[in-house]
Amino acid sequence: MTAPATANAVEHVAAGEVLAFPAQEPARATRDSRPLRLITCGSVDDGKSTLIGRLLWDTKAVKEDQAATLQRDSSGKQNDLGLPDFALLLDGLQAEREQGITIDVAYRYFSTDKRSFIVADTPGHEQYTRNMATGASTADLAVLLVDARVGLLEQTRRHATIATLMGIKQFVLAVNKIDLTDYDRARFEEISHEFRELALSLGVRQVTAIPVSALKGENVVYDGSASMPWYDGPTLIEVLELATTRSAQTVGFRLPVQRVSRPGESFRGYQGTVAGGSVKPGDSVVILPSGMVANVTKIVTFDLVRNAAVAGDAITLVLDRQVDVSRGDMIVAIDSQPLTGLSFDAQLVALQAEGIQPGKRYWLKSGSRRQRVQVQPASQLDLKTGKWNQADQLPMNAIGKVHLAFDEQAIFDTYEQNRTTGAFILIDPDTNNTVAGGMITAKRSALGGIHTEDARVILSLPADLADKLMATELFAGRREEAEVRRVSAGKAIEIIDDIDG
Amino acid sequence: MPHNLPETELHNPQSAKPPLDPHLKALENEAIHIFREVAAEFERPVMLYSIGKDSSVLLHLARKAFYPGRVPFPLLHVNTGWKFAEMIAFRNEIVERYDLDLIEHVNPRGAAENVTPFTHGSALYTDIMKTEALRQALDAGQFDAAFGGARRDEEASRAKERIYSFRTPDHRWDPRNQRPELWNVYNGMIRKGESVRAFPLSNWTEVDIWRYIQAEEIPIVPLYFAEKRPIVERDGMMILAEDPRLELLPGETKREEVIRFRTLGCFPLTGAIRSNATTLDDIISELETATVSERQGRAIDRDQSGSMEKKKREGYF
Repeated sequence: MTAPATANAVEHVAAGEVLAFPAQEPARATRDSRPLRLITCGSVDDGKSTLIGRLLWDTKAVKEDQAATLQRDSSGKQNDLGLPDFALLLDGLQAEREQGITIDVAYRYFSTDKRSFIVADTPGHEQYTRNMATGASTADLAVLLVDARVGLLEQTRRHATIATLMGIKQFVLAVNKIDLTDYDRARFEEISHEFRELALSLGVRQVTAIPVSALKGENVVYDGSASMPWYDGPTLIEVLELATTRSAQTVGFRLPVQRVSRPGESFRGYQGTVAGGSVKPGDSVVILPSGMVANVTKIVTFDLVRNAAVAGDAITLVLDRQVDVSRGDMIVAIDSQPLTGLSFDAQLVALQAEGIQPGKRYWLKSGSRRQRVQVQPASQLDLKTGKWNQADQLPMNAIGKVHLAFDEQAIFDTYEQNRTTGAFILIDPDTNNTVAGGMITAKRSALGGIHTEDARVILSLPADLADKLMATELFAGRREEAEVRRVSAGKAIEIIDDIDG
Repeated sequence: MPHNLPETELHNPQSAKPPLDPHLKALENEAIHIFREVAAEFERPVMLYSIGKDSSVLLHLARKAFYPGRVPFPLLHVNTGWKFAEMIAFRNEIVERYDLDLIEHVNPRGAAENVTPFTHGSALYTDIMKTEALRQALDAGQFDAAFGGARRDEEASRAKERIYSFRTPDHRWDPRNQRPELWNVYNGMIRKGESVRAFPLSNWTEVDIWRYIQAEEIPIVPLYFAEKRPIVERDGMMILAEDPRLELLPGETKREEVIRFRTLGCFPLTGAIRSNATTLDDIISELETATVSERQGRAIDRDQSGSMEKKKREGYF
């Protein structure tokens, strides 16, 4: 190994570099956090089911009778450690056991003293992009699995891209089967370096790479330092225990109204789950789409009349005056309102065999609001290259950019600002099936943007500044709109002088 | 009962409890959201009520979701006629205490033909008295949505079931063709005759259920707590020997043991466990060290691997 590579590697191995792990023991608290939702992605033979099986097994989420059923089902298929075939824990449907593949999203539950976890286990096959998107829609963190002998695959880029699009900002790279490389440190470092470059290109900064043997249980729940003394970073479970749940949304108060509660003449309350910000009695709010203004008098729950409610709380809101509010309306902060309009830009994942047809009218459901929409595909993401190619229809599993045209006022935040009020599904009125999951990127103004579809803004920046910009969340969603040129600091000054000139 | 609540009464007197921990709070919020969404989107929802601990939590969440209003749908209890006597007494008390609408359904064919777990075997008995009975009751009520207390951690095929689980007009579940479910945006669009089973407790585990029962002081059937009770051992299970219809087979003897039940169903098919857990704290600490899953006590799950998936495809809950 060359000297620079070593230096580089040490930096990475000194690990969790971005997640900033406390050097000493983490503060010990019992169940003080919300459950962490995570998704696991990997190619067919990366050992994903074995990894999750190992997590369940080592956290004692698997009970003896389930293990006995496993032993019975997997007779002859036990691994060389005499443990049951963990993969069978997860492949719950008969067809899956018969075919030995995972065909649908499975949800699994386990916990440690510090936190509980909900894992969406999704299929690795290319044709199941839609299932991965489904699992990723609610996840806070993605665990990407690679085989240490094989390294990153096209699938890895595909999965990382989908996870990023669905709003996941924390990645763990599990370099699995490290035992089969004789615990080759250089190999681990090479793969993690390559992955960091990929993550950076997607705008993801929170990356932890861990050398793992799921089969032997090294660096999953128990540490693997006996085999890998060179690795002093966290185990997988340590990273998961310290990861953050979806942070409080940055935009103002949002309450999509699910139903109006009128149990008697004297009470009228608006029931829903706070989708952003917070609210307290006395706050001024606007009801959309009508635009009427009112003040909050009370926040009612079964247990008590509350002083405040925050994102995630299921509440009943009482206002100070008679206003017309019905299901599908949104009650929002007066000083921080969402976007309203008839035309929006969005990205979506096509989930069904029919794909997304240009000009077809679908039902769109977002929060509690359902309305008619016409969908015009504009481009499709090539998951191999990360480029957007022009497209006027989207086949199943495609990720595309579309224009949405509504008959009635629509109300959204961008997905980047709010993963609830910026998300929607499309329902085919002919089949009633869910045909797409989508994320709002912008409101379309009548005049169009400052540049046309294919034109890009050119940014010439000093290299370090360019890297920083590329890594920002803000820029991640607009990457394709700009071409970033790395120049020297001197050259940058020249350019600026020219402009000012 | 009128719901003309004076404003001062909005403060629920039983609220001197400490706040829920964030984990249970998140699960509660999710369940309430699902209850409200289904109640708003469907014309005739119903809640399947089996009297067990999960049903008790489900009912509590429904009351919270619609407070200060009443629970806006009836409860449906599919009675096989072989439930524990204490379950029925508990059910009647709860219905009265919380001012609920209860529909009780017994399969008339099964009753007429005297289908019992002893004469027809557990598989056929379950098929007629539970699966067929449930279909009859749902059809009779023309219910387009049915809430259930199923949890994904219970059994392998349930791990992949959606929160809104679509059913054909003949109540079948097609596990290979489920609607994708993204974020918390649920697709409730169905045609006439089709229906949805909605599972607000999908993401709860058994321990969550017990912790929540403790935190919220939710009443449950006393059979969950250990006590000295008469039992008889049959097929490797300890069966409660209280009901006069239980006839001892040659070689069987009745004896007393300190036992409790981890799940409740039909008494002849539900095995007790030896336990000294007499309080919720005891139950929770017993669970945390348990080495077997809760369904281990259920005879109907044992027929074959994938038996639950098969039952579900046929319309069993």
